Order: sequence, then C-alpha cells, then structure tokens
Amino acid sequence: MSITEIDPLETPAPAPATAGPKPIKPKAEPFVSTTNACKLCKPLGATLVFKGIEGGVPFLHGSQGCATYMRRYIISHFREPMDIASSSLGEKQAIYGGAANLKKGLLTVMDKYGAGLIGVATTCLTETIGDDVPGALLEFRREFADLELAPVVNVSTPSYSGSHMEGFTAAVRAVADQLVRTGLKTDAVNCFPGFVSCEDLRHLKDVFAAFELPVTLLPDYSETLDGPALEDYEKITSGGTPVKALEAMGGAPASFEFGATLPPPGEAGTAGGLLAARHGVPLHRMGLPIGLRESDAFFQALETVSCRPTPRRHALERGRLLDAFVDGHKYVAQKRCVLYGEEDLLVGLTSFMAEIGVIPVLVAGGGRSGRLKDAVHAACEGLVPEMPEVAEGVDFYDIADKARELAPDLFLGHSKGYRLARELNVPLIRVGFPIHDRFGGHRTRHLCYQGALDLLDRVVNAMIEKKQTDSDIGYGYI
Amino acid sequence: MSELIFEERADQIHVKGEGPFKLACNRESLAGAVSQRACVFCGSRVVLYPIADALHLVHGPIGCAAYTWDIRGALSSGPELHRLSFSTDLQETDVIFGGEKKLEAALLELIDRHAPKAAFVYSTCIVGIIGDDLQAVCKKVSAAKGIPVIPVQSEGFKGNKREGYLAACKAMFTLMGTGDTSDIGPLSLNILGDFNLAGEIWIIRDYFRRMGIETVANITGDGRVGDIARAHGAALNVVQCSGSTMDLAKMMKEKFGIPFVKVSYFGIEDMAEALYTVARFFKDKDPNMLERTQELVREELAVLYPRLQELRRDLEGKKAAIYVGGAFKAFSLIKAFRHLGMSVVIAGSQTGTEEDYEELAQICDPGTIIVDDANPLELSAFLKEKDVDIFVGGVKERPIAYKLGVGFCDHNHERKEALEGFVGMVNFALEVHRTVMSPVWRFVPRRAGNRPDASLACGSVEERS
Ligand code: SF4
Ligand code: SF4
Repeated sequence: MSITEIDPLETPAPAPATAGPKPIKPKAEPFVSTTNACKLCKPLGATLVFKGIEGGVPFLHGSQGCATYMRRYIISHFREPMDIASSSLGEKQAIYGGAANLKKGLLTVMDKYGAGLIGVATTCLTETIGDDVPGALLEFRREFADLELAPVVNVSTPSYSGSHMEGFTAAVRAVADQLVRTGLKTDAVNCFPGFVSCEDLRHLKDVFAAFELPVTLLPDYSETLDGPALEDYEKITSGGTPVKALEAMGGAPASFEFGATLPPPGEAGTAGGLLAARHGVPLHRMGLPIGLRESDAFFQALETVSCRPTPRRHALERGRLLDAFVDGHKYVAQKRCVLYGEEDLLVGLTSFMAEIGVIPVLVAGGGRSGRLKDAVHAACEGLVPEMPEVAEGVDFYDIADKARELAPDLFLGHSKGYRLARELNVPLIRVGFPIHDRFGGHRTRHLCYQGALDLLDRVVNAMIEKKQTDSDIGYGYI
Repeated sequence: MSELIFEERADQIHVKGEGPFKLACNRESLAGAVSQRACVFCGSRVVLYPIADALHLVHGPIGCAAYTWDIRGALSSGPELHRLSFSTDLQETDVIFGGEKKLEAALLELIDRHAPKAAFVYSTCIVGIIGDDLQAVCKKVSAAKGIPVIPVQSEGFKGNKREGYLAACKAMFTLMGTGDTSDIGPLSLNILGDFNLAGEIWIIRDYFRRMGIETVANITGDGRVGDIARAHGAALNVVQCSGSTMDLAKMMKEKFGIPFVKVSYFGIEDMAEALYTVARFFKDKDPNMLERTQELVREELAVLYPRLQELRRDLEGKKAAIYVGGAFKAFSLIKAFRHLGMSVVIAGSQTGTEEDYEELAQICDPGTIIVDDANPLELSAFLKEKDVDIFVGGVKERPIAYKLGVGFCDHNHERKEALEGFVGMVNFALEVHRTVMSPVWRFVPRRAGNRPDASLACGSVEERS
C-alpha cells in the first residue's frame, strides 16, 4: 500500500507488456465447438420486435421447446410476462409438415388472445423441414376469408444462419415489407432504434417530442415489456406501436435507423433501406447514439429533419455531459476495458469509452456481420493510442482466453461475462441484454447525452469502488 | 368455475367435487395456447446436467445450448464442467451436408481440452431431421478417447419433457454395471431424482449418514460418472419425484435386482416418512437403525416446530396455488402448506401422469382446481377467481403472479434456496412468509381496492394522467 493510491494525479499502472496483439481467430488450430456462446438464436430477436407492436403476439413456428426457452430467457431480463405462442409441432408434423398446426395456432391466438397482429417467426426445425410459411398464410387467409383476421407478418429465422440480432433486423424489415401500404401520408418520422432498453425507447420518444417530431418507433416494447402494475393480468400487454402507424411508414418524411453494423441500406437489407428504395422515404442511417459524438450525429440529423435547433434542455444535457467528462476523466484515464455483446451496441459503447479516455483493448461479439472491425476502428479513430483488438464470431471461451492475457481493468457487457469478471477480479458494468443477475437491466439508459451521463457515472463509480475495495485503508474521500 | 378459455382443453381441467375425477394428460400442447411446457431435450438436460465431471455437448443450432447455460442451481462439491454450455452451433452448411464431421471434431477437441470422465451428446430437433448418426459418431470418439461417449436421443419435437427423462435414464443406464463395487457395504443406497439445487443433496446425504447409511451415487445432483458406474452395487434406490428417474430405477431393478422406494424430501411428514421408509428397509440388517432415525427426526423437529408455529400465526387461512413441472412435488407442497395453516386452491403441473393426478385429486380439498399443461391465460384467470395469496411455480409463472399482485415462491430447477429436508421446510415457510406478508400488496391496484391510502392505484393509467 502506498499513499499515492488516493492521489488522483497518480500515473496509472503501465499496461502489462504483451508481445503485440495476438489474433483471436483464426487460431493455429481452429476450434469447431462453441463454449458459452456470446449470442442467442435468431427467432429470439424477432419475438422482441413483434412484442413492440400494439396487440402484437410473437408466434414461433416450431416445436414447443424453443418458445418456452425463449420466454424464460426474456422474462428473466425484463421481469415481465412475455407470452410467445408456438405451433407446438410434434413428431408427426415434423415429418409431414406443420402447416395445419400453424393455422390452428393462429386461429387460437386471434380468438383467445384477441391479437392485433401476429408475428410468425420460423425456427430451425421448420426451416429444415422446409415448411412454406408464406404459402400456408395465403391458404389460411383463403380458408378463413369469412372471419375478421388480424394481420400476420412472417419472417424466416433459421438460427443456423445468424444470431438474434439478425433475427431482430430481419423482423423489423419484414414489418416494413409486409405491413406498409402505399399511398398513405403521415407527419410521423420513422425510427428503427435497434435492440435497446425500454428506458432507451422512452428516452428516444422524449427526444423526438422535444423536436416536435411525431415518431413511429419500430419496435417499441417500452410499455409491453416494462408495464405498470395494473388491476388485472392483460391478455395482451398494452402499449407498442399501433399497426396503423406502421402501415403509414411509407409516407413518412424521414427514417432514422441506428446501427453501425447493419447490412447496407438497399431494399434487401433493412427496414430503412426498404422504405427508401420502395417508398422514397429519406433515410438517416447512423450508429446507436451512445456517447458524445454518436449522439451529436443523431441530434444533428434531428435538427436537419425538424428544421429547428436542439432544444435548450438537450443542449444543457450535452453541456453537463461534457462537464462530467472533465470531472471524471482522471478516474478512468487509460483504464483498459474489455467489451463484448451485440455488435451495434459494441460500436457505440467502444466509441463512448474511447471518448472518456478508457482504452478499449478487446471488442468481442458473437455475431458474424463482417462489419464490426471497421466500425469499431472508425469509432476509435484519433482517440486511442492503439486500435483495440476486434473479434467476431467468438464465444466466451475465446473471450476469456484473450482477456486473461490482456489484464483489463474493467468489463463492459451483459451478465454472461460475470464469471470471467469474477475470475479476473475486475468490475463488470452491466449493459445490454441479457441481464439476469442484476435488477432493472431493462431500465438502464444508454442512449443520447443523458444515457452517456448515466454510463459515465457507472464507469467512474465502478473505478472508485474498486479502488476503495482494494485499499487497506478505505478512503472516505476520493 | 369461470368459463373455459380453450374449449379444446376442457378435459385437462378439473374442479374437485364437480363430477367424477377424470383428467386428460400427457397430450401434445394446443397450438397457439402458449404452453408453459418445454421439450424432450429440456427433460434430458434437466436430468443429466448436474453430472459435474461429464461433458455435456448439445448438438444443434446455438439457441438450445445458449438458453440452458448454467440456468439451474445444481451445485457440485468438486468439478464444475456442467456449468459450461457446449454446442456444435450448427451452421447452414452443416444442415445441408450433415453435422457428423463437426460433431466428431467438437467432441475430440472438447475432450482434449477438459478431460471429462464421460461425454453426453444431446440431439436437438434439427439433428433428428437431418438424420445425423449420433450413435456412430459417439462410438467412434469413445474408442478413440477411451471414455464413454453417450448419445442422448432428445429431439425436442418427439414429445414433452417426460420423453426426455426417459432418454436421460437410458443414457445413464449405459454407464451402470461398469464400475467396481467391491468396497460398497450392505447399508448403502443411491439417491435418485435429486439435483442438489442449493445443496439439497448434502442435507439429505447427511441424514442418511446419521442413520448409518452410505450413499453410493447421487443421481444426478453433485453426480460423478464414476459413482454412477458403480451405482449397481448399492442395496437400495431411493427415488424422489415420480417423473425424472423412475425409469432408471425400474431398469436397475430389472437388470441388477435393486429394489427401489419412492419418496419426497419436501415437507415434514414426507421428509420423515422418506427416512423411515429407508430405515424400515434396512431394519433386518441393522436393528438399531429405526431408533436412530426416530432420534434424528425428533431432534430436527424440536428445532423446526417452534419456528413454524411462529410463522403460522401470520399465515393461517391464506390461500396458495401450485403449478410445477412434475405433479409429484405438488403432493408434498399441499401438505407443507397445511402445516402453515394454508390451503391449496389450485394445483397443476406440466407433465403429470394419470396416477399423479388421481393421487392429487385425493388429497386436495373440494373446490380445488386441478389442471394439466396450463398457460398464462388460464393460470391468471384461476389465480383471480380463487383470490390466492401465493403462487408456487417457476420463472415463467412469476410475472403472472406479480402482475396480479400475488406473492410468489420459486420452486423449480432455478431456485437458490434449499427447500428439502427439515431445514428446507423452515426455508420454505420463511420464503412464503416473506412474500405473503410483504406490505407491497397493500399498494398494488388489484389489492388496494377500497383502501383509503390507495386512491392513486385504482383505475387505469390513462385515467390518472
Ligand atoms: S429446437 Fe427442439 S430441442 Fe431445441 S429447444 Fe427447440 S424444441 Fe427443444
Ligand atoms: S432450435 Fe433453433 S430456434 Fe429453436 S432454440 Fe434452438 S436455435 Fe433457437
């Protein structure tokens, strides 16, 4: 113990000398197995999107297990009901096709739940047996033409080609593709926020409102997955974006689409790209507004679209954020950070960490978009002494392997890194999804100036707490 | 009872006292009804997962493995290989050209990396469809690596959890008869159907130790491959929970002649009865065992009773609902609630059998709703109708209870409190007390009703703002 521990002017411990970054993959002998995946399966992302539509019921076409597992998983993060219907295929249907169960299931959900929209996502099983879902849905409409049927959106989500984030993006696009009608006009701009927290969605709505821009968010599960205590159990949780608003997205004055690693914007890529190509809606594509510069980009776009300056409230928030950057910078300066999780979130978080002077040493994701590295490097440009190592398509075995070597000061990511953080005895700041081992993960704010400030407080406090815990004395002023 | 929600499920719901008892079960879930059930794979995984020195490789796309990564509270006193999630993470090319090569390579590298005592390979839906020959791959790897590599035929769509239990039992059975049993004494048993959630097996083993009995194998909580391989040397199988390992006990009886008894470690009577049953079994070999057991039970109850009486004062007259995986557990829970002065008004399970439900109907009070394979709509309707104070279930049931302003107790594979044994009864009572007596229910809209201090909580959100 030396007294310099309390001196905020102390020189940070030199980074351990490593013989230059070693590539994570490919390895000398490429491993084929996955240990502790850093991703989830494709339909899970789709179910979240459908849950963000008013009256929406996610429906998995496959055997019962997938739906039940995903419900369990999602519930443990949001601590809210998450009903996912399933066509509950058994052995017979797996062999002879599941169309009959699909139709029966749809009727059940419409009738008993009063669904306003059903979002059908396929599973590995139904993809492999080659069930023709669009065909079955056409038949369904014909067979029951006399009934008043809720709209059905379908998306193909075989997990053997893509993670939950691809499923999420594909479902957003499927809604834009199958629901939007031509010839409708609306004042509301479109916003495709990506997989962010409920609090993020609420904050976004506030920001759009401050610019007096009506907005159609897709998805918006801020209420359906974070609802109030009510008198009764709701068959379908209230909230979500109305189907009517979604139908009119083609007539919107502009689209905002977040995500630095999304597929290129053409019609085949994303919802924003599709609406631009098919309906001529101007697209503003940017990274998730995490940290100062990414938020600036978003606010700039808001100024452009709304033709008004950033409202005073948000200008002040930006100012306070900068003030806090300065106040806190020494606590975090040159700390080495490992980040993992979903790619778009990773880019935003890395950008933010680099801004405040933390050195991202490893940025690792389970996805395989092929776009992570460039996006991370672009985000770090000019801010870090050396580009972080970027690893795509990795699992926690790889991340652990590398992290042990890199000796980081902190981790930024979801709950799944907990064991590793514990092993290395470094703080883990929980962000993203899933957060199973903390309370309120879905209420965490990451976006815009306010979200950056929240994150900054947590990072700085984690460093201070670590210092206190590690010190023999337990300083009361730091 | 309130109106049926799904006519198709009419015969899966029964109200005790309303007509002769008959309940349909073990049937495929109704499409679109949001069943609380899982799949065959889930059943196998639950049973085999706690074997801590084995490799558990899920052969399939990533989700099946990702969602089952370390979700159970099964503790190990040694190795913790079971807490990792291994998958072949099948990709499109594997689906087209078959996944056998990848499976083999994955097994080889993981066995090299972790040196497990055995490997279990779980097949998932997709593997059943693409037709990978699991048997052949496992055999080959087993020969190459010199450890048992055991395929578990657990394609999810081939039924519900029960089929998964059977697949798991078959897989374990292949290990039996291979280990050395020469040092196992005559006063010995295997613990079957306990998963050492929150260390519960350690409590039970300790009771047996105090009775003078050696436990050969824990199947499967805190389980070891080597113990399972010599489990056939034990004098008795003690099977908990009718569902998961009964098949194994039957197979062991048939092949090795080991008798089994069925027990439950939940609640006072059932826990005591479990120990007495075992003591009676050994009474010829050890005439003093019954006495020792009585002494043990007496000691434990002396500690337990006063605490229960205290808690009971508050809980008297409250109402409980139970919805669990296997129906067997429900019996013990009903008795446990009676000790707390509470009544059970709803009892159901995901995978109960005909006999289970008949027994259940016998011990339930008139008016109790008995249900098989329920869903959120039914469960919430029942909870309201019966106006219960606490719901006992798993993770998926919790938000249903909480949204309705009802207390909740986790009683599934993810629980972190030991609920078995005499000490478990105290833990259970404490947990029930903590939730039922919490002041938060004063404020939730459904309960706040006529309270003067709850005016804001009534009505919808819109009306308020
Ligand atoms: S794919 Fe099959 S095995 Fe896997 S979770 Fe779904 S139902 Fe179960
Ligand atoms: S089968 Fe596919 S969709 Fe179902 S849980 Fe497994 S990975 Fe996910």
